[in-house]
Amino acid sequence: MRVVSELKRSFWVAVWFMLLTFPIMVIKVDPYEKLIFWRWKNLFLVGAGSFIISFAVRFLMAKTDGRNNKKKHLFGVLQRYLPPVCLHSPRIIYFCLFFAGSFIVGFPFLFSAYQVNIMTTALLYVVLGLGLNIVVGLAGLLDLGYVAFYAVGAYSYALLNVHFGLGFWMALPVGALFAALFGVLLGFPVLRLRGDYLAIVTLGFGEIIRLVLENWNEFSFGPSGIANIPKPAFPGIKLSMDQATLYMYFLALLLVCFTIFVVNRLQDSRIGRAWIALREDEIACQSMGIDRTRTKLSAFALGATWAGMVGVFFAAKTTFINPASFTFLESAVILSIVVLGGMGSTVGVVIGALIFILLPEYLRAFTDFRMLIFGAVMVIMMVFRPQGIISNVRRSYRFVKPDHEAP
Amino acid sequence: MGEILSVEKLTMIFGGLVALDRVDITVGSDEIVALIGPNGAGKTTFFNCLSGIYAPTSGGIYLTNRRGKRDRLNDLKPNKVTEKGIARTFQNIRLFSGMTVLENVMIGCHCRNKAGIAGAIFRFAATKNEERRIVEKSYALLEQMGLDQYVNEFARNLPYGAQRRLELARALATEPQLLLLDEPAAGMNPKETHELNGLIARVRDKNKVSVLLIEHDMKLVMDVSDRIYVMDYGRRIAHGTAKQVRNDPVVIKAYLGE
Repeated sequence: MRVVSELKRSFWVAVWFMLLTFPIMVIKVDPYEKLIFWRWKNLFLVGAGSFIISFAVRFLMAKTDGRNNKKKHLFGVLQRYLPPVCLHSPRIIYFCLFFAGSFIVGFPFLFSAYQVNIMTTALLYVVLGLGLNIVVGLAGLLDLGYVAFYAVGAYSYALLNVHFGLGFWMALPVGALFAALFGVLLGFPVLRLRGDYLAIVTLGFGEIIRLVLENWNEFSFGPSGIANIPKPAFPGIKLSMDQATLYMYFLALLLVCFTIFVVNRLQDSRIGRAWIALREDEIACQSMGIDRTRTKLSAFALGATWAGMVGVFFAAKTTFINPASFTFLESAVILSIVVLGGMGSTVGVVIGALIFILLPEYLRAFTDFRMLIFGAVMVIMMVFRPQGIISNVRRSYRFVKPDHEAP
Repeated sequence: MGEILSVEKLTMIFGGLVALDRVDITVGSDEIVALIGPNGAGKTTFFNCLSGIYAPTSGGIYLTNRRGKRDRLNDLKPNKVTEKGIARTFQNIRLFSGMTVLENVMIGCHCRNKAGIAGAIFRFAATKNEERRIVEKSYALLEQMGLDQYVNEFARNLPYGAQRRLELARALATEPQLLLLDEPAAGMNPKETHELNGLIARVRDKNKVSVLLIEHDMKLVMDVSDRIYVMDYGRRIAHGTAKQVRNDPVVIKAYLGE
């Protein structure tokens, strides 16, 4: 009986989808010949596809819900045993790290410059994700305007270069510093806000920065942007186009390593603990002697710092920036990376960023359906694993400590 | 026995409601003082004023620290109040549930240490030492509270009584002079309450703190406290030893009516 009712529901889902997609999937107008094509085959495909997908999804859901013991379920097995095994056996960790490390280092020698460029972008997003993770994942402050700091970094480099001829290496710390300053600047008015309200204000802040850049022509050259930003120079050698790409890739890789190192140390410190406590319970946190103002501001500033650095990298990589690169969509992408990867978990965010940036690129094989598949993957991901790919590995960090007085 | 907390004519008005009406209370060093009263008498409001969560409308809160300096605590933020030496627990447990038991206590040590961003990133020798001291101190507090078996558990997975004790350990980690306990026995069974009785006395002796507690469990209050204040409708209506308060007609009237 159950199966019949499920089939019935899937049938109606299919009908509904056929109706929805009718105008775009079936009707095709040729304006030159003034002809209308009716592609009835598409209608059938949509119907069959949505029927099967909806049935399969509900079948899987019923399976996960209905069974407490997830052992027999492949996904459940992975979910249950993979993380502990990976986390508790240093050999597996080292092996994975070694494998991933050698792949990443060898990557530019195995693949074309085009692929290397994409990978560089992905690496920059890893850093952005890790930076936002400090604000959202650790301190629990929902920031929808993160792209503003990214823009601040990029524009610091571009403008300092145009006006004062500052090079990449000089601009990197300056961009980071400016972004941190803006982080504090945003932090002050939102100190009292939480959750939705905070999200709205940060969203506004992000848009303000973009609109200023777009409209203040004398300062930022407006929508036409700034071109001919120099790539980072290698001391003593003039780099060819391919070499510059390679150089950029390894710089980005270095930045990723540096970020992971610093972020891990931060979250494992007194300040990191204060951030997490702030996320868990603000009132209790204050009553335990933690200065809410300073903790929040430090989270905003340190999160923004990474965005500033990536901004400088981005400007150097593309050699051209304009406000169109810093829209809300960009903030949403970075936030999705953090949520998809697993809030508060470094490994999760790294994997999340790689998937999020690389998947759409490699899905180009599916041409028209690229974004559709990507969207479907996202939805499925959030339905089956709302806590992200790797949910908070931080927790296991302090497990061994108290045995200091072992006999 | 010097007095460490003295509250003078503390008044708190919310809109038209007078939640606290010129309340005077003093707590001496190493003393356990209870604050009782019917529901809605203003006890928790009083605590929130003391710990800086509310800013009182008028009156003064003064704390004398161990070196004999008298500080006015009105208008200080909660974290500053904690730094001055008042720690509290909450009526509805407010632990950091996603953190481990040890981490919860470590948070309590926060205001007595000062490692900053640079220390976190570079891990200087001083930072490492500080971190080790924090862990050792936190673990010692857990042992004292009988929670060492739970060290690595998440706070939310602890049994109820243990959560209450963890809150106490966390508050003690701030190295307070005065401990404010908001209904520490709420939701406990008689056996646990009895144990709590001994625990509070031991904490007073071992950690050299004074205790001010709000409690509805009269047996606990009568057994553990040196002195008792009774509040009703935001006013202090009686004050004295357990015996005096128990026989005070005003108190009986407040609790039982005419």
